[in-house]
Order: sequence, then structure tokens, then C-alpha cells
Amino acid sequence: MTNITNDEVDVVVVGLGWAGSLMSIELAQAGLRVRALERGGDRSNADFKYPKPADQYAYAVRNKVMVTPKDGALTVRHNMQSTALPTRQWGAFVPGTGVGGSGMHWTGVLIRPTPTDIKLKTYANQAYKPGILGEGMQIEDFPFTWDEIEPYMDKFDKICGLSSKTGNLRGQILVGGDPFEGPRSHPSPLPPLEDTLNSKMFADVASKMGYHPFPNPSANVSQAWKNPYGNQIAPCNYCGYCSKYPCLNFSKASPQTAVLDALKRMDNFDYRVNANVLKVEMHADGKTAKGVTYADADGNTVFQPAKIVVLAGFQFVNVRLMLLSGIGKPYDPISGKGTVGRNYAFLSNGGSTLFFKDKHFNPFATAGASGQMFNDISPGNFDGPSLGFIGGAKIHSSQATGAPIGTALPSGTPEWGQGWKEGMQDWYGHSMKVSITTSCMSYRDHYVDLDPTYKDPWGLPLLRITFDWKQNELRLQQHLRKIVLGITKELAPDSYSESFLGLDSHWDITKYVSTHNVGGAIMGDSPETSALNRYLQSWDVHNVFVPGGNAFPQNFQANPTSMIGALTLFAAQAIKDQYVKNPGPLVQA
Amino acid sequence: MLLSKQTSRRKFLLSSLIALPAMGIAVNGLTAAAAAQMVAPSLDAYTPIFFSPGEWTFILAACDRLIPADGRGPGAIETNVPIFIDQQLAGGLGSEVYLEGPFDVNAPATLGYQLPYTIQEIYRKGIASFELWCQATYGKHFALLDLKQRDDALKKMQGGQADFAAHGETVLKSKLLFSELLHHTQQGWLADPIYGGNKGMKSWIAIGFPGARASYLEWVAQHNVPYPLGPVSLTGERG
Repeated sequence: MTNITNDEVDVVVVGLGWAGSLMSIELAQAGLRVRALERGGDRSNADFKYPKPADQYAYAVRNKVMVTPKDGALTVRHNMQSTALPTRQWGAFVPGTGVGGSGMHWTGVLIRPTPTDIKLKTYANQAYKPGILGEGMQIEDFPFTWDEIEPYMDKFDKICGLSSKTGNLRGQILVGGDPFEGPRSHPSPLPPLEDTLNSKMFADVASKMGYHPFPNPSANVSQAWKNPYGNQIAPCNYCGYCSKYPCLNFSKASPQTAVLDALKRMDNFDYRVNANVLKVEMHADGKTAKGVTYADADGNTVFQPAKIVVLAGFQFVNVRLMLLSGIGKPYDPISGKGTVGRNYAFLSNGGSTLFFKDKHFNPFATAGASGQMFNDISPGNFDGPSLGFIGGAKIHSSQATGAPIGTALPSGTPEWGQGWKEGMQDWYGHSMKVSITTSCMSYRDHYVDLDPTYKDPWGLPLLRITFDWKQNELRLQQHLRKIVLGITKELAPDSYSESFLGLDSHWDITKYVSTHNVGGAIMGDSPETSALNRYLQSWDVHNVFVPGGNAFPQNFQANPTSMIGALTLFAAQAIKDQYVKNPGPLVQA
Repeated sequence: MLLSKQTSRRKFLLSSLIALPAMGIAVNGLTAAAAAQMVAPSLDAYTPIFFSPGEWTFILAACDRLIPADGRGPGAIETNVPIFIDQQLAGGLGSEVYLEGPFDVNAPATLGYQLPYTIQEIYRKGIASFELWCQATYGKHFALLDLKQRDDALKKMQGGQADFAAHGETVLKSKLLFSELLHHTQQGWLADPIYGGNKGMKSWIAIGFPGARASYLEWVAQHNVPYPLGPVSLTGERG
């Protein structure tokens, strides 16, 4: 175990998932010397090769491509008065690790937030009478306009080969797409995926009931696609192994399929794996970083000098590194001062499972993103203000996988014994879901900080999450329940079961929702309420940029990856155009 | 044929039970259906890696009730589910768990697993406690109970009424042992045969899951048509 110092680079990128690979290629293309440090292992063609990924037990039960809780646990508590306990096993969310990060095993739902979602505080101030929204809610606007960010969403759509139905082309509403989406500068690069049976049944009933369903926008590509970096993505073969799996058909846009092939060919880029960054090191003036320190696989401590530091790990990895490194002021929920850790949000899900004896859904014949959804119940599109809560949901019928471990059975089916065994034979492949994926507001007492007790294997404190459901989110769930059950009854199954949060629910970290944790180092217009400016640049340390879900001031109902890609590309452009020429704060506080 | 299978399984269960000194009793509880479904020469010949002979007897008897041979479809014994559980416990299962203290064993269930035990310890301590509880409650080891009693005992384990604390195990509750055992049994039944269970892909054939075929471009739009092909496994076996 020795101390090593690497050669200096222009940019060190911490984490080689979507944000890290996009930032790396954009900055490398501008001529900068870029080195990425990935805490996990490499993941290359051998990991994707058929039939290896077609293994539910390894990938979906044993979390083969995820970080272990042993290495990556957090602590969780429901309120500031209680003692947080570690996530000893994963449950509500399962963060990835290794090259590709969560971008390698994501489902590939590439949906944008709406213009209202990115200006939610403005909308709330206009649409809600003062005092209606819960005390302590501290939602914010994203610090840019729709027209400023849309070109970067568009660019990311092309990087991924978005397969979708265009709903709004430069203001023109097109039939079959999402009429509530923000105006697109260009149509979807590729047509949507084929509908599965559940998608069609759901869409037919939803349309009949007056909703506006459209195919899930997908980064599992419907046709062969060559993206702007020159990478080729193969047409999806509906293999049924997507969310939590590497794509065995190279059809899911991921850092590997969409970015890294081109990036690895560049002489001014390289990457190190099993390089666990422990700290960003600061210059003596405290205003700029001089690089990062990481532990390598051999137990050496390595200093990597760099002119620019990009923290591109998962949301809570980035926030934790900022806290461990003293970048920005830690958030204090009592005084409301400080910004690092502020506005942590999760999300909720729920829905109904419908059983049809005479329907064969062939759930194994599906893409991760297969499904239809509608956006009618998102902020600004329904009577939220009169209902007294803010937020919304994607309401969808998706069929992400048909692998059989964990198959839902009709209520009343025995949990074991002959009844369970025969229930599996009677009902496997005979059910579909109507689901919600909700927004989640941010609150004064929902935040992250360093845990006082529990440490990781490198002796550093775990990140502590303080979070629980608030009445706003629970009332939203109850409203959505009525809508979902209305659709469910219209679909007329033989039976159905439902799963929604009751008004007295507490956050249950054992039940999987989605790995869409956001906030903690949010972007904004003011250094008083945000850790990062609109270019994801630390207000306090100007050569540190922090792309990722950490930048969201609250969680919208859309999946986060489209926005994470867009924010990263937006920031990369500013670094190339402005920062490199004149290093310093890109926004004056 | 039926007779030879039956003989084989009885012989196998007996050989496992011999190591339990307290049990000089004939093995009962093998249903006709279980015998008929029994095609498990490798289970018969299998020497557990993780489980002791006594624990193995319990695992065999419990798996046989959690997914019995009765009725339609293959049971856990026929599909080598106990081998799956043994090999998982002998392998890396649980090495991913964060097990640094302090431990709040009374934490609310919503905060997830908070015991200081590895999964291996849960099985080891849990089976020992459950066998003591069975002795105290029924006067017999679990594997020696009749089928109705076995189901009754498992229900009590599931419901938390099998009181481990009375037998010295104050941290682990019977509910947790049950839920781990049930999950692993169902996983072993449904996972690829490469992990030791789901022998002959019988569970996949029974439910209609095509396994690792993983290519359905021509099927995705054929709505409500039963898929005609049997499963393939990761090693290329066809069912």
C-alpha cells in the first residue's frame, strides 16, 4: 500500500455512467485530456454476450451488476428525531456500479419532463392559493427555460435513438403522441416499439375514457440506429431481459452502446476501473480543486491531479463526495441555511395487477420500455389546485420483463404449497399491470448529510437520508388510485389486486420503487438555495461540476435519464465554450 | 419404475437421517404423488456442502411441503431445489450485505433487515431453534412429523408463533427464517438450472416460460397467441 501520484489531466471525471461518459466525450472532442475514474469494474462485450444476461437469478435477484450494500450502503431515517439505520440489503432502490453505471442496466424509458415540471415553483405560485400547499415544501424552478434546455434533450434523444411517437412538433400537436409534452425541435428519431398486448388493451381503454395514451418513449431502439458519435445501436429483439440487465442484443442505449465505443478510440481519453474516489482535494485557497484522491484495487492511495473535476457518480455518491470534501456548505434543516444535502426527494409507485384467465400476455416477449402511458395527470394538466396537492404521475401499463421469479398471483392464492404451485401454472403470463410513477416534492426536513455512526469499508461516513411520505404525496396517491381503479374496472379482468400508499404510510425501504433518487446538490439561480448553478458548476468551487439526478430540485413524474442527459450536455457545452477559455464562475452569484 | 424411484428417495432420506442420533424412527410422510414425481438421482447422490446432515433432512422435508409434489406440476424435491439452496449458502449468498454495527434489532420493518446475522447464520440458528420448537411442540423432529403436522408447523413458523426465544434464540424470529426459506425455495424452483435447481427446466415447462431464448421479435405483436416453443437454459439445454 503506497501513495501514488498520477500525471495531471485537464479533466478528471468521477464515475463512468451516463453523465460521466457524456461529459468525457464532449470534453475530449473539444481537445481536453480526460481521465475517468470508475469505482466498479469494467463492463465490455463479454458481459453482454448471449446468453449470459438471460439470467434472472443472477441479475434481478442477486443484483449482479449493482453496487453491494457492503460497499455502497446509506443510512435511512424517517425524521430528524430518529436514529438512521443502514440499508443492509437493497430494497426501494438499487444503485449500479461499474462502467456504464445505472445507464447500463436501466429500463430505457426516455421521457422528458414537461415545461411546467421544469418551472414548478412558478406554476405553484400562479395556480395555488397561498397556504394550500404543505408547510415546509421547498420546491424550486430549474434555472433555465424550456427553449434553452430542449436542444440538449433533442441531442440526447439522438444519442439514444429515441423510439417514440412525436406529440408536439414545434407547437403542432400530432395524433398518437403525448399532447402534453413540451414542443420538440425535431421529431422522434425512430418510430415507437411494437405494442405488447397489455399496452394495446390499456391504450384502447384509456383513449375511450378520454385520456391521451402514447407509447412509452424508449431508448430500446425500434430500428437500427447510428448516433451522432458514430455508434451503432441494433434493433431491439424484445428479449425480455432489460431492467437490471446488460442488453444482450446491444439494443438499449447505454454508455457502452451509445458513447464508449467512440470515446475509447480517442487518444486524449482514458479510464481506470476499481478506482474508488474518496475525496476531492482542494487548493490552499479553498476556492478551487486540485484533483481527487482514490483507492485503487490494490489498496494504494492515488492522487489524480486535474484542472477540472467532474463528479458524475450516482446522485447520492456525488452529494456524499461534496460533503466529504468540504465543497459548499452542508445544509442545515433547522436554520434552512447551507445547500449541500438540501432538497432530497425520492418517488412513489403503485397500481393494480389485473388477472385474465383467457389472455396470453407472453410477458417474456417484451422490451424493457414496452408499454403505453398518459400524462393527463401531471402538473398543469388536471385540477390539482382544487384537490389541494401538487404533483402528478405517469399512468402506464408497462411490461418490463416476464421472468418468473416474483410473479404476482391473484389475491387468495396460497403463498406456498400445492396452491401456490398450481397458481403459478394457472396465472403466469395471464396478468398485466396498470401503474403509477409519481412526482415527489421537496421539503425543508427531507435532506441528506453524513451519518454520525456508520462507515464504509474505507472508513468514511455513510450518507444519511432523512425522508418520509408527506400528506401531499399520499393524497396524490389516493387520487391516482381512483383513476387507476377506474381504468382497471373498465378493462374487466377476472380479478385484480391493488397497491397504493394509504394516508398513514411511511417510506418502506424494502419495497422496490425505482432508482430515481434525486436532489441533494441541486441547481438553481441562487447560491443561498442551490449548490450548483445552471451549468452544474459548484457555486463555491468553480472548477467542480456535478452532473446527475442530484441537480433536480424535486422529482417530476417523468423518468430522470432524459433530463440528466440534457443537463450534462448543457453543462458540457458551457465548459467547452466558456469555462475553458476563462476559468471562473460561469454565473455571478 | 415407480417403485425404483420410491425406493431411491426413501433410501436417500434415510441415509440423511442416519446422522441424527435422536431419530431411530422410520421415515414417513412421502406422498404417493411425491414418489411418482420423484426423478432426482442427482439429489439422491448429492452431498450437501453447507448443511449438516440434520439440517439437510429438515431442508428436504420443508422444501417438500413448500412446493410439494402433490397436484399438477413438479415439486421442489423433483427439481433439486434443496441443492440450489445448499449451493447458494455455500457460495457467496449474503456476502453483499452491510453488516457493520451497531444493530437495532427492534427497528421498524420499513427500515429493512437489521439483524447481526449472515444468511448462513439465519439458516443455522433458525433450523436449530425450529427443531427444538418442533420437539417441544410435537415431540418429534420436523421431518418425522406427518404431513398435516409439517404444514401446521410451517404455518406457525410463517406466522411467528414458533417461539425461538423460548429456545434461546432471542434475536431471530421464526417469520424471517420462513420468508428466507420460502424465497429461496421458489427461486430455486424458477432459476436457471445452472444454479442446481429447476432440474430439467420442469418448472419453466409447467408455467410456460421459455427461459433464456431471449429473442421474440416475431412474437411481440402476436397478441393473445400462446407461445409454442419450450424453454432453453443458459447451457443450451432444451426442454
